[in-house]
Amino acid sequence: MKRHFATLSLAAGLALAAGQALAAKDSLVLGMVLEPPHLDPTAGAAAAIDEVVYANVFEGLTRIDRNGAVKPALAESWTVSDDGLTYIFKLRSGVNFHDGSAFDSADVKYSLDRATAEDSTNAQKGLFEPIAKVETPDPHTVRITLARPTGNFLFNLGWGDAVIVAPENAADNKSKPVGTGPFVFKRWVKGDRVELERNGAYWGSPAKLANATIKIIPDPAAAAAAVMAGDVDAFANFPAPETMAQFEADPRFEVVIGSTEGETILAMNNTRKPLDDIRVRRAIAHAVDRKAVIDGAMFGYGTPIGSHFAPHHPAYVDLTGRYPYDPARAKALLAEAGHGAGLKLTLKLPPPSYARRGGEIIAAQLAQVGIEAEIIPVEWAQWLEQVFRGTDYDLTIVSHTEPMDIGIYARDTYYFNYKSAAFRDVIAKLNAAVEDKARYALMADAQKTIAEDSVNVFLFQLAKHGVWDAKVEGLWENSPVQANDLTEVYWK
Amino acid sequence: MTSEALSEIWSKGLASRSFTIGGAITLALVGVALVSLAWTPYAVTEINVPMKLRPPSAAHWLGTDQFGRDVLSMMMLGARNSIAVSLVAVGIGAGLGVPLGALAAARRGWVEEAVMRFNDFAFAFPALLSAVMITALLGPGAVNSIIAIGIFNVPVFARVTRGASLSLWQREFVLAAQVAGKGATRITLEHILPNIASVLIVQMTIQFALAILAEAGLSYLGLGTQPPNPSWGKMLNEAQTFMYLAPQLAIFPGAAIAVTVLGLNLLGDGLRDVLDPRLRRVR
Repeated sequence: MKRHFATLSLAAGLALAAGQALAAKDSLVLGMVLEPPHLDPTAGAAAAIDEVVYANVFEGLTRIDRNGAVKPALAESWTVSDDGLTYIFKLRSGVNFHDGSAFDSADVKYSLDRATAEDSTNAQKGLFEPIAKVETPDPHTVRITLARPTGNFLFNLGWGDAVIVAPENAADNKSKPVGTGPFVFKRWVKGDRVELERNGAYWGSPAKLANATIKIIPDPAAAAAAVMAGDVDAFANFPAPETMAQFEADPRFEVVIGSTEGETILAMNNTRKPLDDIRVRRAIAHAVDRKAVIDGAMFGYGTPIGSHFAPHHPAYVDLTGRYPYDPARAKALLAEAGHGAGLKLTLKLPPPSYARRGGEIIAAQLAQVGIEAEIIPVEWAQWLEQVFRGTDYDLTIVSHTEPMDIGIYARDTYYFNYKSAAFRDVIAKLNAAVEDKARYALMADAQKTIAEDSVNVFLFQLAKHGVWDAKVEGLWENSPVQANDLTEVYWK
Repeated sequence: MTSEALSEIWSKGLASRSFTIGGAITLALVGVALVSLAWTPYAVTEINVPMKLRPPSAAHWLGTDQFGRDVLSMMMLGARNSIAVSLVAVGIGAGLGVPLGALAAARRGWVEEAVMRFNDFAFAFPALLSAVMITALLGPGAVNSIIAIGIFNVPVFARVTRGASLSLWQREFVLAAQVAGKGATRITLEHILPNIASVLIVQMTIQFALAILAEAGLSYLGLGTQPPNPSWGKMLNEAQTFMYLAPQLAIFPGAAIAVTVLGLNLLGDGLRDVLDPRLRRVR
């Protein structure tokens, strides 16, 4: 009798499993390493915010697609005046926010005015800085007038920081984001996961997934176990490159190595002694062996860079040969700068493995030329506080994942304290240039200038280590912007 | 202690299997740590990326880690690190705990109440948890982990010292010393401490094993010894994502921690058999 029961329940179980397999799965668990501090992309610099909400919950006038191209989003179409100063956007009609309220030009004006305001908490205020005024001739038209021509304005409007929010929800978006996107925010279990569900009333083609869960797994070993066990269906960017080989060998998984916009650099505090001496900075550049860093820290995944520019961009100039690995040269430069007896510096390392592992390798390389780099591991909050805002550091390693961000070297205050009139001039010209040819030439100038000044040691372009269930389709291979766009994701 | 007593302990020790095995393991560990002071096969900070994750070979007896560093060299320095941290930490624990316990036993009254209630308070937190809390407050690092482990050792020694001392204070020879006009400090130093020394030595061995575990735990969590200095706990942590590629990276430090703790526990057991005055009285 007992045995019969067991057989019966086994059969029932099998039938159930078969039933599940037949119906196409319509939910996805996506793993992420870092938990977003909050969920409002217009009020924070953390990439993790955009990686949850960009294109899923929030949309802007334009959007960046998987190839890095600018596509219409909430703006159906636009025209640009000949002088490059006036942009007229025709807005999509019939768009509603997730709370049911209608989207119109007033929301656009509100969002852009909010981002440009004096007291704006937008992390990328610089993107909106050229905007002189925003006008709304009618509910479906927005006219933006710029103070000066801005070549990549349409691209800038596609950033997560430029998404359109509704005035009535803006204050609560940090904990309860309300946007216009194909997914509605359901709940956020802090420290564990964010749940999204399909927006049934979406203006465009609806998402293929009914539910998406973004699971936060900070520990790489736990992440590997979760993927192996099938608890997580996909990791758009897996934290441990050394496990790629193991996933590649397993037919259950698809491994896709893509590129990101992450220029990984050994940043130097350019105004602090002795790093204010260009010879010291150049010596450090000569002392670092990029190949060993890429092989040792990233297991070979990553493209060497010689300036702060993405290798897949058409305007990229290969400057990796500017400071070849040459410890003897580095020692000579240090001696010339009066540090022949050696040098002591601090090296603050945030948590990602590219920084912690890369830091150990670089510290060993610096030791070869007589620079003792004291490794200080810090958490992200401390890093933002001490290094990024407080500029209290000598050296640090970080990946700048924003697209096209060479302009940060022209900022008045930025944590590497680089102050060059010549470079600012190049960027000012670049901002004013509209034609691609002229822009690319200026971009090349900009890359060469910072390489020549050896502002930072430019290490490598961070690769994107995608690992997902072989039956999952539609995830991005590259990340031209910080995003995990789930709109087109489905199960085979 | 007379030489006669020492040789008696020695012969008894040799007869105890746990004492000999535990002692041998501990001696080997100390030996490795001492050798590492003068020599390691490779410099422990020497990174050689093309040689990464090699299995054990003639050139690298225990293979290499993810940066191509020699694992044997790291293990040797890790042993030194474990011993140094634990030694100082137990020293702090005993150095503060024993006087506190002795004071409580000698003075009684409110002093004893104060010391023991403070002890109870400290005991209320699990040892490793309080160590994590302390390093979180002071910041990560080898020195701070020593302080943290030392602090959670204080109440252990205070309690053991007080417990062992209390009964001695009722014994005739102590009463006689009191009648003879000796002060509490002198009695503690001359009569109490020598008589509880064996208990303290056994306790130190046990605490030493716990300190090694705690150090490994803190380093594993990233709160202890910082890179580029190697420690067993940190090696274990870093080995996690290499489990499929190079399982030996986790096995070596893991085995080292287990064997060391086993050795110290055996030594502690053996020492108790040999030294414990109660057992001696029974004979």
